[in-house]
Amino acid sequence: MELKNDALYMKSHEWVVIDGDTATVGISDYAQSELGDLVFVNLPEPGDEVTAGETFADVESVKAVSDIYSPVSGVIAEINEELLDAPELINENANDAWFIKVENVTEQAEELMSPEDYETFCAEEE
Amino acid sequence: MLIFEKSRPGRGCSAIPACDVEQYTLPDDDMRESDLHLPEMAEVDLSRHYTELAKKAHGVNDGFYPLGSCTMKYNPKVNEQMAALDGFTQIHPLQPVETVQGCLQILKETEDALSAITGMSNFTLQPAAGAHGEFTGLLLIKAYHLANGDTQRRKIIVPDSAHGTNPASAVMAGMEVINVDSDEKGLVDVEKLREVCAGNDEIAGLMLTNPNTAGLFDPNIKEITDIIHECGGQCYYDGANLNAVMGWARPGDMGFDCVHLNLHKTFSTPHGGGGPGSGPVGCKEHLAKFMPGVYAVEKDGVYDFAKAEASLGEMKNFYGNFLVAVKALTYIKMLGKEGIPEASKNAVLNANYMMKKLSAVYDIAFKPEVCMHEFVMDIGRQAKETGVTAMDIAKGLLDNGIHPPTMYFPLTVHEALMAEPCETESKETLDWAIGVFMELNEIAYSDPEKLHQAPVKTPVTRLDEVGAARHPVLKYEFE
Repeated sequence: MELKNDALYMKSHEWVVIDGDTATVGISDYAQSELGDLVFVNLPEPGDEVTAGETFADVESVKAVSDIYSPVSGVIAEINEELLDAPELINENANDAWFIKVENVTEQAEELMSPEDYETFCAEEE
Repeated sequence: MLIFEKSRPGRGCSAIPACDVEQYTLPDDDMRESDLHLPEMAEVDLSRHYTELAKKAHGVNDGFYPLGSCTMKYNPKVNEQMAALDGFTQIHPLQPVETVQGCLQILKETEDALSAITGMSNFTLQPAAGAHGEFTGLLLIKAYHLANGDTQRRKIIVPDSAHGTNPASAVMAGMEVINVDSDEKGLVDVEKLREVCAGNDEIAGLMLTNPNTAGLFDPNIKEITDIIHECGGQCYYDGANLNAVMGWARPGDMGFDCVHLNLHKTFSTPHGGGGPGSGPVGCKEHLAKFMPGVYAVEKDGVYDFAKAEASLGEMKNFYGNFLVAVKALTYIKMLGKEGIPEASKNAVLNANYMMKKLSAVYDIAFKPEVCMHEFVMDIGRQAKETGVTAMDIAKGLLDNGIHPPTMYFPLTVHEALMAEPCETESKETLDWAIGVFMELNEIAYSDPEKLHQAPVKTPVTRLDEVGAARHPVLKYEFE
């Protein structure tokens, strides 16, 4: 698994890079490999509010549809529109394929993990 | 080759007499902008076209079809004979009831039989399939809460092992879904459920399949429905897996308030292309006044239609897929009171026989002592040790003339193959299929590449499922 060293991770396998009151969110390399080939991504709209611990998007692989949870509360500043036409970018490099950028971050989800802790967590999941 | 590609201008199946009335041209506004693309073919070519397609497909009439949670039992031919009778086909839904008394009797007897099997008081035959039934049931629950002034009850609890249609139907009905994780045995975590429900006046209800998708009957079912009722919610029974318990346990007795059944699963009517489906919804008395459509009533041997006092309206036109009800009632009457529970008993016996034999080489998810009508194999160990996944085993089965089990479901098992053999399969068929499963496990260890390449004997070989999902071609482009 390729860890994203500047990120924090959720148990539900999202990563978040927090910078002041802005945040960038994606899903982990482990998540993309477990999900398999992604074929569809459903993203919210800029201006929508996200809430820490609540779902804001979903991804579909040939196996299943999975909800994606937000690690932070705030307002969506930007979405990665490239993913809508090319969900395979997530499989190719999950650490670069961000889903949303959030501004006015007011809250973080409980139990965000460091990359090292997340790696241990995934090893236990296996 | 598609039928449109085989079409040639001027060909056809019938000689229609020349038009003998004056032609009339519609105003331009009402005319189509382009011609209709109707295929033009001779009857012989048409017949061969569909025979060729049938040869490329795999149905219950072709071979074993252990597709979990779909109950692909054999559909007795007598069902079709009954549904083809003129008295059922040469009629119109708007004709006076005194001229179609037999059809009303069929509706009434089907509703009564399904009520008796499920422990409900009323049934509507309108919903066209399972998910449509779920939607109908949720609208009943919603109507009930609204009538009580409980406008805040908008949350539906759905366990993580539920069918994917459950949360989808709940959202369609304007509800919010709360997911409750299963415990390590694959059952509803009663303590977690209690936490979510305690004093929560926003709970509209619960949706549950019992037995669930792992083929496990929840022994805490009465406690579960009690917890929901205590906080003011209603309990919805997804009848997808009724084949395991019909004649033995009734959703009504388990504490459910409404239920949908899939006639095309449990009651031996065709699925999919052979359909249409039918997803009747039953409810207890307190929900009956909201039922959609009309239902048949009998007085002194005369049948008529009645409408519920606070009816939801129409879920579908007229009486649902009526001929499917004819087939289901035929099945119920052919089996009778003794045959219905025996069918379930044999479905459970067949599943356990297969599970026990296969557990010699395949891991069984949740390790149940006994399963109900289906069981879940976990191919995770093979995937790790050989690289052969549930998908590869499924493709290997195709080469052996077996339709694969349901793949990658339930979601709680990563490499799941969910098998439901059904009561209609003989011991010889099961033994043969078990042999095929065993052989595929051996190939996984001796020649995994062979399974990555499978299927090689089918009319079409390994399909590019990712490409098909990412770049779907959904319609034929005419030149």
